[in-house]
Amino acid sequence: MSVRAANTDEGTVDEAGAARFAELLANEQRVEPTDWMPEGYRKTLIRQISQHAHSEIIGMQPEGNWITRAPSLKRKAILMAKVQDEAGHGLYLYSAAQTLGIDRETMFDQLITGAAKYSSIFNYPTPTWADMGSIGWLVDGAAICNQVPLCRASYGPYGRAMVRICKEESFHQRQGFEILLHLMRGTEAQRAMAQESVNRWYAPALMMFGPPDDDSPNSRQSMAWNIKRFSNDDLRQRFVDMLVPQAEILGVTLPDPHIKWNEERGHFDFGDLDWTEFHEVLAGNGPANTIRVARRREAHEDGAWVREAARAYADARAAEAGASQKIAS
Amino acid sequence: MTHTSNRTISDAVTAETIATAGEVAPEAVARYAVGLGDDALILAQRLGAWIAHAPELEEDVALGNIALDQLGHARSFLTYASSAWGKTEDDLAYFRDESEFFNRQLFEQPNGDFAQTIARQLVASVYFDGLYRALSLSADPTLAAIAAKAVKEVDYHVDHSVQWLLRLGLGTEISNERMQRGLDAVWPFVAELFSVDPLSENLAGIAVDPASLQADFDRVVLPAIVDAGLTVPTAPAARGGGRSGVHTEYLGPLLAEMQVLARAHPEATW
Ligand SMILES: [Fe+2]
Ligand SMILES: [Fe+2]
Repeated sequence: MSVRAANTDEGTVDEAGAARFAELLANEQRVEPTDWMPEGYRKTLIRQISQHAHSEIIGMQPEGNWITRAPSLKRKAILMAKVQDEAGHGLYLYSAAQTLGIDRETMFDQLITGAAKYSSIFNYPTPTWADMGSIGWLVDGAAICNQVPLCRASYGPYGRAMVRICKEESFHQRQGFEILLHLMRGTEAQRAMAQESVNRWYAPALMMFGPPDDDSPNSRQSMAWNIKRFSNDDLRQRFVDMLVPQAEILGVTLPDPHIKWNEERGHFDFGDLDWTEFHEVLAGNGPANTIRVARRREAHEDGAWVREAARAYADARAAEAGASQKIAS
Repeated sequence: MTHTSNRTISDAVTAETIATAGEVAPEAVARYAVGLGDDALILAQRLGAWIAHAPELEEDVALGNIALDQLGHARSFLTYASSAWGKTEDDLAYFRDESEFFNRQLFEQPNGDFAQTIARQLVASVYFDGLYRALSLSADPTLAAIAAKAVKEVDYHVDHSVQWLLRLGLGTEISNERMQRGLDAVWPFVAELFSVDPLSENLAGIAVDPASLQADFDRVVLPAIVDAGLTVPTAPAARGGGRSGVHTEYLGPLLAEMQVLARAHPEATW
């Protein structure tokens, strides 16, 4: 992995830089690529941003699966645009990570060799059209809850990328909600399709916020660095509070008998999640882990000759331009 | 002739604005529009399959953009056409059988490798560019408005294909070979684009005469192929017949996939 220490030799402490960094955080200001930053901060950001980018890229697959079969031309257009948005998100995020001194090839390599992590939610399959609704409503919905606070992340390029991404994600969530709403107002078969899909996606979506706080070792440092703003459990609670009234409008039942308004807390209570399942999927034993990475690797390998040709062509043009410049001077 | 002005079908014409405007296409115009819509729809369906499988992320986005534009054109043409029979774009897209599709055969040809997709797209985009330019002058204001909007988008599609033609043609030995094979594969389907369109009979001033588009097409495509270090294929033309509902073996499976869910729930809306 080619991570360079940008403006300080590793190990030496730039005291003025460190003071400035602390001041930026204390004043809720952005840290920019040219500012001094602790190595841990840089590494944490690279890990988080590249994982986020990988998630966007792998996340194209479960929905890409339905582009050719979308049941109306309007839905086909919306779905195509959405999957394309996710590719765009991946691209912004790779660029943000690149400002920290890692190149895209290295990151992409980590993805297709299976070395890098991505959100395990995308290791679930999409057997029905209703899954396009559930992904939008629940998965993009959870992503928004997670990501809106990241718009204020201390690292400038990351925070700014998130502002752009969040706008599109909330669009995606509305579109997913609308797909489900149409299904729930449709035929009996459509309603059953919607409910069955929500049953499958609900718990995995709640797990997108990560393990419970007492089991989340990296969270505290990320909060001190103004990268993470709220704890996993706080975000999960917000998400459930948002879902319950929306589920009512849809007319779907959330598959948790313990959901109940708690007057005292001012929040909805909900049941425990099955974290063994989460860890199984995280460990690579989800229903689609191997397929997702293999698909992306296949596309990358099948396209190797194309990228090589583009490179050779660009090099030849550059050499030509150089030669004609010499002649001119 | 109807008296809808271009104002009611403004610049930003889409399937939705056409449906709202409620203009009813004359039967003959509708039949012609179905052919145009099918060309764009079938090619968009093919390109859509590249998304998440392209050689690089930028191409996932670029091919997706082109597919989306074409799908938009298809939806406009089919929405307008369907008005003649009191139907919707989806009735036409999802509930016609293979022999009722009137796309030219080029558009149903498989993606093949990236080079073959680029070869097909080069031919398609330059053809669409000429067609929509001419159609934007049609006496039918709806067709003219759809074409005027489309031509702006197709400009970029032509550029995209020409750039890749050069990169692949002049890139490496392997890419040159593949690009040549891609051109060879799609070339038999070029002639059909400029052959008589049976759906445009009796539509003088409204429909575009396909033969009139050939010279401009040749002026752009033939030198581009040569500039890319490639050879203009000499393969004989395929039999054609797309505009009469005659297709190669590739269309059936494409439609089966595209229509499977809609047909499983014929009563449903989505
Ligand atoms: Fe996204
Ligand atoms: Fe999204």
